[in-house]
Amino acid sequence: MSEPAREGAFEPRIVAFFCNWCTYTAADLAGISRMQYAPNVRVIRLMCSGRLDPQFVLAAFREGADGVLIGGCHPGDCHYQEGNVNALRRVELLRRMLGDLGIEEGRLRLEWISAAEGDKVQRVCNEMTEQVRALGPLRLAPGPVPVLQTEGREAR
Amino acid sequence: MREPEGGRRVPPDSPNGGPKIGVYVCHCGLNIAGKVDVGAVVEFAASLPHVTVARDSKFMCSDPGQELIQQDLRDGLVNRVVVASCSPLMHEATFRRATAAGGESPSHFQMASIREHVAWVTANGDDATEKAKALVAGAVRRVALHEVLEPRRSPVRPDVMVVGGGIAGIHAALTLADAGKHVYLVERETTIGGHMAKFDKTFPTLDCAACILTPKMSAVRAHPNITLWTYSDVVAVQGYAGDFRVRVRHRPRYVREDLCTGCLACIDACVHKQGKFEDEWNEGLSKRKPIYIPFPQATPPVVVVDRDACIWFKTGKCPRTCVEACERNAFDFEQTETYDEVDVGAIILATGYRTFDASRMPEYGYGLYPNVYTSLEVERLLNAAGPTGGEVVLRDGSRPRTVGIIHCVGSRDAKHNLWCSKVCCMYSLKLAHMVKERIGAEVYNFYIDMRTPGKGYEEFYDKVLREGVHMVRGRVAGVTDEAASPEEEGHLVIRAEDTLIGAVRRIPVDMVILAVGIEPQPDAQEVRRLFNVSCGSEGFFTERHPKLAPVSTFTDGVFLAGACQGPKDIPESVAQAGAAAAEALAMIDRGHVMLEASTAFIDDAACSGCKTCVGLCPFNAISFDEERKKASVNEVVCKGCGICVGACPSGAAQQHLFTDDEILSEIEGVLAYV
Repeated sequence: MSEPAREGAFEPRIVAFFCNWCTYTAADLAGISRMQYAPNVRVIRLMCSGRLDPQFVLAAFREGADGVLIGGCHPGDCHYQEGNVNALRRVELLRRMLGDLGIEEGRLRLEWISAAEGDKVQRVCNEMTEQVRALGPLRLAPGPVPVLQTEGREAR
Repeated sequence: MREPEGGRRVPPDSPNGGPKIGVYVCHCGLNIAGKVDVGAVVEFAASLPHVTVARDSKFMCSDPGQELIQQDLRDGLVNRVVVASCSPLMHEATFRRATAAGGESPSHFQMASIREHVAWVTANGDDATEKAKALVAGAVRRVALHEVLEPRRSPVRPDVMVVGGGIAGIHAALTLADAGKHVYLVERETTIGGHMAKFDKTFPTLDCAACILTPKMSAVRAHPNITLWTYSDVVAVQGYAGDFRVRVRHRPRYVREDLCTGCLACIDACVHKQGKFEDEWNEGLSKRKPIYIPFPQATPPVVVVDRDACIWFKTGKCPRTCVEACERNAFDFEQTETYDEVDVGAIILATGYRTFDASRMPEYGYGLYPNVYTSLEVERLLNAAGPTGGEVVLRDGSRPRTVGIIHCVGSRDAKHNLWCSKVCCMYSLKLAHMVKERIGAEVYNFYIDMRTPGKGYEEFYDKVLREGVHMVRGRVAGVTDEAASPEEEGHLVIRAEDTLIGAVRRIPVDMVILAVGIEPQPDAQEVRRLFNVSCGSEGFFTERHPKLAPVSTFTDGVFLAGACQGPKDIPESVAQAGAAAAEALAMIDRGHVMLEASTAFIDDAACSGCKTCVGLCPFNAISFDEERKKASVNEVVCKGCGICVGACPSGAAQQHLFTDDEILSEIEGVLAYV
């Protein structure tokens, strides 16, 4: 159960990338089952966790996320055969880089959550929120942070 | 405002002009509005860049709700639409259609799920409102970049595959075949018929199961539009709705199906004079020979050789009297597995269920006491074609004088399966009636709750009560052969709390029948992966929507029928099979399916020719032009996962509706304001 936002208390903001077929559906199931969980996680739907570009994670941190959660199908269950394995490889590689940027490991989490596991969405979102809350707000070191080329988007 | 590079984009001078975004926030009655301050979200949305209209509606999915969108589009107030309501898996198609009906490209639409992902899961209203704002902002940011995508169609093949030849599969196959579609019916056992063929009578009408089922089985075999493959299984499925390629393995019977007439002379001639091997069809209550047919009306009526039991296969030394006895020369001991590959437009899964393994509840003594039976074993005992010719006798040949039927074995039990298996109350009443009728035994039913919803079901319960069947309300604690009194000597004793009189009772009986529940097939997980459908946590296949799309799955073109989707009785299985057949027919007769909009494409200019994407594509949709050193995506084959896009080092691979720019904008949006 989430607690009401306390005045002045740090409420982490977590961006989640959920695969359409498993974890996003599981989040729907959590909703249908009225499972209450921390309001800190903002879900972005991808068709497959294999669509995850590591730069999405960096962009989320750059734009102010305190944590990033990635949810895909269990290994062997990928709707597209093994996109989730690609996601795993990318996340592992990225994890090593984050340390160099001064981003604690606990701010990035990859979970396999099947369409049937609404309760796991609830648990993981709650755990992640508490973990990131304990880490405190993300403070990126000044200096160049890897950004995606912004051409084509700067006009907004 | 610049449009993103690549893809089929709107030229800047298009009549649609730059983005004018309409945001429509749904109350969903009180489902959303009970938690989220809809007014505050509308006000917030109105303040976002490019948003020209922000409105709310009690029910956006209703006609008036959709009309709001269409009117604004027609009035030129908006050219892109964001609906903040339920999950896109629920109503994305609805609102895309509404957008198209208003004259705008359906791809100029984005949904924000503020019901499933916000209102229903958030305890605090203020938190919910803030989260809803963040999701709306993400959707607004990304929809501004959405391209115009032409809906693409793909033709549908007219043939259908039905997997599983129980009553559901049979009914679906016959319905489609009667409509003129060619059906491949694949059954892994040696005969079709499934569980229903094992039953003697069916509730509540007490129709003889064989009398109503076997004509349908024969009809399947005789139907010119049905190719029946028994002793076969599906080993691979490729393709997509409208165009699946399915690979089927046929296991060897060592008897040629095209020659065997089902005369059964070979069985009589077998060197084994008596059956020696467990007869699976009779639940192990009788023995069969190495060459056998499961039951007289097996379809096809073709014998099969059990390779593990046959002396010829085991030793290579056997006079093979079976071969001599065959006038048709149908034997072929050299048979091996063969394969067929067929192209079909739709697939119906009717793979059925298994019954709960009663030995998992040792307190009921199954496997320990010979006179404890499962309900399926008793179905065989009652069946005139069964091991005792329809006689209800115990293993020692004697007739039981008292019979106890224990309900809910494996069902409604936190230790085993939580669900109600739905059919056990009714079949237990049926067994009580049949046993009483056949041998006049005293019958006790031990039940937790009596569940008889169905046409004629409660009336049947009433009839059985009036016949004098005893009812004890309470879960049975155990079955024992330890007598506590002289009258219990030589009997099994059922110990149960009778909750209606508030006492623990011990009832001595001669025969115990365990009403075992319904479980998913043991290989449901493998089958699920094969056909790319999902299972609930208990292992039954998941329908697309529990109420409104009960026979569809999340994989277009794959439909469900019967108990593979959840416990069902025969009428329900047949009804669902008819529905699945109708859905498949609708798809075939429409002649086309809409293809995935979110396919990948490659920006030729940016492609460095590294080929990273080529090997990653699970569907071989990416080809490489060696001369130009450029990759390109075949959009008909592409299923829109975006794996290549995530991996492309130069950003040349992109995915419609999930371009880097669109996703990055959504990331910015969900973080920029709240």
